[in-house]
Amino acid sequence: MSFSQWYSQADFWLAVGKPIYDWLVSIGIPGWIVAIIYAGVGALAALGLITVFVMLALWAERRFIARLQDRWGPNRVGPFGLLQSVADVLKLLSKEIITPALVDRTLHFLAPMIVLGPALMTWAVIPWGPGLQVTDLNVAILYLLAFGAIPALGVTLAGWASTNKYSLFGGMRAVVQYVSYEVPAGIVIVIPVLLARTMSLQGIVQAQSGPLWNWFVFQPVFFAGAIPIPVPIIGLVAFVYYLIAGLAETNRTPFDHVEADSELTGGFTTEYSGMQFSLFFLAEYANAIAIGLLASALFLGGYHTGLGDAFDNLIWPLLPGVLVTKAAIIFLIFVWVRGTLPRFRYDQLMQFAWKRMLPVTLALVGLSALAASLTPLLGGVLRLAPGVR
Amino acid sequence: MAFKNAKNAKNAKNAKNAEKSFPMSDALVPGLIPVRGPELGDTIFEEMGTLGVVDEENLITLNLGPQHPSTHGVFRLIMHLQGETVISATPVMGYLHRSTEKLGEARTYVQGTVLTDRMDYLSPITNNWAYALAIERLTGMAVPERAEFLRVITGELSRIQSHLVAVGTFGMDVGTYGTPLLYALREREMVLDLLALPTGVRMNPSYIRYGGVARDAPPEFFPQLERFLRIFPSRVDEYERILTGNEVFRNRTIGVGMIPPQVARAYSVTGPIARASGIDYDVRRAEPYSVYDRFDWDVPVRFNGDCFDRYMIRILEMRQSTRILQQALDAIPEGDIRAKMPKVLRPPKGEAYARIEGPKGEIGFFLISDGTINPYRYNVRPPSFVNLTCLSQIAVGHKLADAVVILGSFDIVMGEVDR
Repeated sequence: MSFSQWYSQADFWLAVGKPIYDWLVSIGIPGWIVAIIYAGVGALAALGLITVFVMLALWAERRFIARLQDRWGPNRVGPFGLLQSVADVLKLLSKEIITPALVDRTLHFLAPMIVLGPALMTWAVIPWGPGLQVTDLNVAILYLLAFGAIPALGVTLAGWASTNKYSLFGGMRAVVQYVSYEVPAGIVIVIPVLLARTMSLQGIVQAQSGPLWNWFVFQPVFFAGAIPIPVPIIGLVAFVYYLIAGLAETNRTPFDHVEADSELTGGFTTEYSGMQFSLFFLAEYANAIAIGLLASALFLGGYHTGLGDAFDNLIWPLLPGVLVTKAAIIFLIFVWVRGTLPRFRYDQLMQFAWKRMLPVTLALVGLSALAASLTPLLGGVLRLAPGVR
Repeated sequence: MAFKNAKNAKNAKNAKNAEKSFPMSDALVPGLIPVRGPELGDTIFEEMGTLGVVDEENLITLNLGPQHPSTHGVFRLIMHLQGETVISATPVMGYLHRSTEKLGEARTYVQGTVLTDRMDYLSPITNNWAYALAIERLTGMAVPERAEFLRVITGELSRIQSHLVAVGTFGMDVGTYGTPLLYALREREMVLDLLALPTGVRMNPSYIRYGGVARDAPPEFFPQLERFLRIFPSRVDEYERILTGNEVFRNRTIGVGMIPPQVARAYSVTGPIARASGIDYDVRRAEPYSVYDRFDWDVPVRFNGDCFDRYMIRILEMRQSTRILQQALDAIPEGDIRAKMPKVLRPPKGEAYARIEGPKGEIGFFLISDGTINPYRYNVRPPSFVNLTCLSQIAVGHKLADAVVILGSFDIVMGEVDR
């Protein structure tokens, strides 16, 4: 295959994955073994990405918050303090894991893994580029909701097993907080599904290809002739609510009640140390970055630049970078919120979920269903993204 | 003017609220609630509604402290919780007790100054001041005018410094990630650098001694102070931008930990906490000491008595302190900084009580002299300690998170509480 042929594929699977697969099969390796190798490579790559991204995110968060607070932040280890996270991880790895005498040892040991596992699983369905994904599930949204619910169990177990009152409070808060915010998050995630008419994340991203106003965050779009007039009632509100629910589900300020350092000392992590503690930490950041990636994929056009299909096809090997940039911006918004806002009180958090977010998200789903069904009738005036047929 | 308008509007509202009395539900848990102050019939749980039925078997006893991130030192609060609602709160103090009062009796009068530094270590100069004032009342010593002005300048700077820490750490207690605290500490550095010029040190300065101050301010102090006064109001605006209008902050503090004026009076609460509850009392104005009667300034008063008002009072007091500082800077005369006094002070037999308005409330020193070189009795009225006594009543009925916020809004310094 010549370079121009390879380049014109504009798809990682067709241009890279499939030729190698075909070659491996042609030299006599059975197809199922190659498939397993592919899955393994994908999983390892995702794992490596998570580790690298979490370290970068930790560094970025500390630097950014430091600048918000008029100080330097880490600037000693490596250039710009970039290796600070590596040093921290090495320190945490070398620390003794202390298990208090009265804890429920099994649950205390299992809880960090129950939290971390689903956090890693989320990354399997993230569409990094055209044809670049660990697995393109056709029920990816359901998969996300299912795995998003499991960390609550782990956090609760950690709080319960620690036999510490602060941990217990953290665990009990976790149950209610995660469950409450699952509801608006689950409803708001329906909107991209309605607009794209598919549950595959790759499909949702591809439905937002083309010009900027095809992104779901700008929906619905009215057209005066050829001039697009985005009226982002559905898209923007849904996007912001998804981010808020994401903040709550990843347990970050202003919803960090589960840890709540000023009230509960460390919440559910109070009795954890060393590597067990860092597993919780890793899970929290993996989740926060995943929320950024998913919010970009669901509402901000994923890996599309918004400059039109021709441009996207021209720079297609760089498209994963576009997704990562968007996710990084969302993550920095999370950090900004953390540096600015105090923590809600616990009952205010619940009121916000049930009294504000739930009705609004339900109304939004209704509106988007209406807009989607009106599109065929009003073709020339109201048009949703091309995914809506 | 703005104050007056606010006052009238709030007064009307307050009068209306006072009619609705909310029973304290005395039948909560017999024997569990340790403190019941006088006249508690009317007040405070308007926001919280009723406490519900307390189920004694399911109460959780939670030891908040002595080692806890938000107890501001080694303070312990034993709380009985139902769910997250505080049913009773018992403060336990004394972990930092250093028997300062007994030590003061064993030292000479000038050595006693050093002990006062270690009490409210966020504002040591006001402690020095109260102690010096008590000795001056005991001996009838006159203080030179320049010394009085230097006292006012350093005292108001200490007040600003103390309020900065109070506002910043209050932000931490409400749950920010330290941004207000670090903003406040940035200006506290400026204040400490300023204070280091006349006093020579950043902490424990023992600057104000009986008969005057320890040393004169160097000439470069005054331009630097002027520069600080130019910058500081805009920095206070900055804290207000990040906290005062913040929706989450307002949700967390307005209507939380309301201290009605009669409760504040019953517990002898003074300082910003009392003024937040509508008690228009400031020692600087009620019993002017030093040269405070020469300055034009207001005593900020607010009327809800909740955590937000206590925070706002501190913000407003920082602005008023800036006003006082500006006037003191303009009017400071030349002259001596120390009265003529004997090498070793032997006050005549007698007793004296002196009080000043510290950043946390009324600091009082009661001294009894038996004519020797050390006081017969060295007694302190520490504002933090007195203010803290009403915590056990105010925290009841709130959520655990609010109890932490209320404690933060009291702005205690354990060095002063335990002495």
